[in-house]
Amino acid sequence: MRLVNRQPERGARFLLMLLPFIVLVGVYFFGSTARLAGNPDDKLLPSASQMVAAIHHAALEEDGRSGEYILWADSAASLKRLGLGLAVAALLGLAMGTVTGVFPLARATFSPFMTALAMIPPLAVLPILFIVFGLDELSKVMLIVIGITPVLARDIEQRAREIPPEILIKAQTLGANSWTLVLRVVLPQLLSRLLLSLRLMLGSAWLFLISAEAISATAGLGYRIFLVRRYLAMDTILPYVIWITLLAWLMDFALKGANRLLFPWSEGART
Amino acid sequence: MSFIEIDNVWQEYGHHVVLERLSLNIAEGEFCTLVGASGCGKSTFLRLMLGQERPSRGRILLAGKALPGEPDPGRGVVFQRYSVFPHLNALDNVAIGLELPRAPVLGRLFGAKKRAAREEARQLLEKVGLGHNLDQYPAQLSGGMQQRLAIAQAFIMRPRVLLLDEPFGALDPGIRKDMHALLLTLWQETGLTVFMVTHDLAEGFNLGTRLLVFDKTRNDPQAPNAYGARVTYDIPLNADRQVARARIADIAALQPD
Repeated sequence: MRLVNRQPERGARFLLMLLPFIVLVGVYFFGSTARLAGNPDDKLLPSASQMVAAIHHAALEEDGRSGEYILWADSAASLKRLGLGLAVAALLGLAMGTVTGVFPLARATFSPFMTALAMIPPLAVLPILFIVFGLDELSKVMLIVIGITPVLARDIEQRAREIPPEILIKAQTLGANSWTLVLRVVLPQLLSRLLLSLRLMLGSAWLFLISAEAISATAGLGYRIFLVRRYLAMDTILPYVIWITLLAWLMDFALKGANRLLFPWSEGART
Repeated sequence: MSFIEIDNVWQEYGHHVVLERLSLNIAEGEFCTLVGASGCGKSTFLRLMLGQERPSRGRILLAGKALPGEPDPGRGVVFQRYSVFPHLNALDNVAIGLELPRAPVLGRLFGAKKRAAREEARQLLEKVGLGHNLDQYPAQLSGGMQQRLAIAQAFIMRPRVLLLDEPFGALDPGIRKDMHALLLTLWQETGLTVFMVTHDLAEGFNLGTRLLVFDKTRNDPQAPNAYGARVTYDIPLNADRQVARARIADIAALQPD
C-alpha cells in the first residue's frame, strides 16, 4: 500500500501522538542524568527532583522577601497584562476592520494606512512606549495592543470583504440601513472570525508580553525567567516555560470552545 | 402609463457594451422570464432593476418615478447562492425582514413586537414548507430548502417587484418543479411583478407571462465587446394564467375583510 493511503488506527493514532513527547522527555532526562553523573553541580540540565523542588519553592512557599507565592503572583501579573492587551486589541481590531471592510470610503482612507502601520516591527517602538507611557503596566499592555491590533484589523477587514455582496444586497432589500446592516448581518459573522484570528495571534501576544517583561518589570512570567537566567537557574526556567506553554494552550482551547458555543452556525457553515 | 418603463437604456463598462438601446414597458403583475446565452446581459439587466448598478445611458421608471439607485425594500431579490444569512436560523432569517425596517437603531425588536414578527415569519415559513425547520441554520438545510427560505425572506417584505437570478439553477429537476409551483402560488396571491433570469428555456416558457430573449443583434468578430445585447424576442405567454390571476384578485376584492 502506498504511504499516502496508510491511515493510523485509533489506538495507534494516540500512541503516535504521544511518541514525540515521550522521545523529547526521554532524551532530556538521558542527557540530564549523564551530565549530573559527571558533575553533580551542573546547572544546564536539571533533574526532575531539582525542578520539582524549584516549583515547590515558587508555587507553594511564600517568598522570603515579598511574602508572595512567586509563581502565582507572576502568572496573575502576566495574565492581567495579556488579557487586557488582547481585549483592547480585539475591540480596536474588530472596529477598524469592520469599518474598513464594509464602507468603501473608509477603506480608501484607512486601509493603506493600516497596511503601512502593520509593517512597523512592534519591538522597535518599545523604547518609544517606555518613554511615552513609562515603565509601568501601561507600556506593556500597549506593546501587545500595538503589536496585535493592525494584524487583527487587516484580517477582519479581509473577512468582511469575503462576505458575499449578495448578502449585503439582500439585507438592504430587507430594510437595513448602513448601521443595522453592520450590526445584525456583518458583525455577528465577523465575531466568529475574530475568535479564530485571536487564536492565531496568541503566540505573538505572548512574544510581546515576555519581551516587555524581560526588559522592565517587577513581576511576571517573562520577568522571572529573565531574572533567574543570571543564576543559570534552569530548574526554574524550564518549568516556567512549560507552564507558559500550558497557559497558551488553555487559552487557545477556551477560544475554540467559545466559538463553538457562541456561534454554532460557524462550524457547519464552512463546508 | 405602464408600471415599469425602460427607456433607451445602455450599460457599458469602459469599451465593453453589455446592453444597448433597451426599451421595454412592463405592466404591473407581469411575470417576465429572461433567457439568453451566457454573457448576454440578463444578470446585468437584473442588477439595474435592483439598483445595484446604474445605467450608463437612458432611464428606468418605476411607477412613474426614477428607480432608486440602491437596493431597497420595494424590490425583493433571490440569488442562486448566498441569499440567506448563515448566522441566523430559518425563523430569524425571515423575521429579520420585519425587524430591520421598524428598528433603525438597534435592528431588532423586543417583547411583544418580536413575538409578533416571529409569528408572522413562522406562518410564512409554514406556507413555503419549512414549518419543521424553524430552528435550523442554513448550513443544515438542503439547497432546495435554502431557496425556499430565500423566497420566504423576499415575500415577507411584500415587495412590488421580485427579482430572481437563476434561483433554481442549482436544484434537482424534481425539486425545481416543486419550487415552480410554490413560486406561482405566491405570485398569484400577491400580485407582484417578477423578473426571473433562467438558463432553462422550458422553465422560462412554463412560468412566465412574458418571455424576454436577450441577444446581440450586431456582432463584430474583430471586437466582440463593441455591441451590446437587446431584447430580440418578446413573447406573451400563458395568457390564461393572467386572466385567472385577475379573477382571483376580483374575488378577493369582493370579499369583505
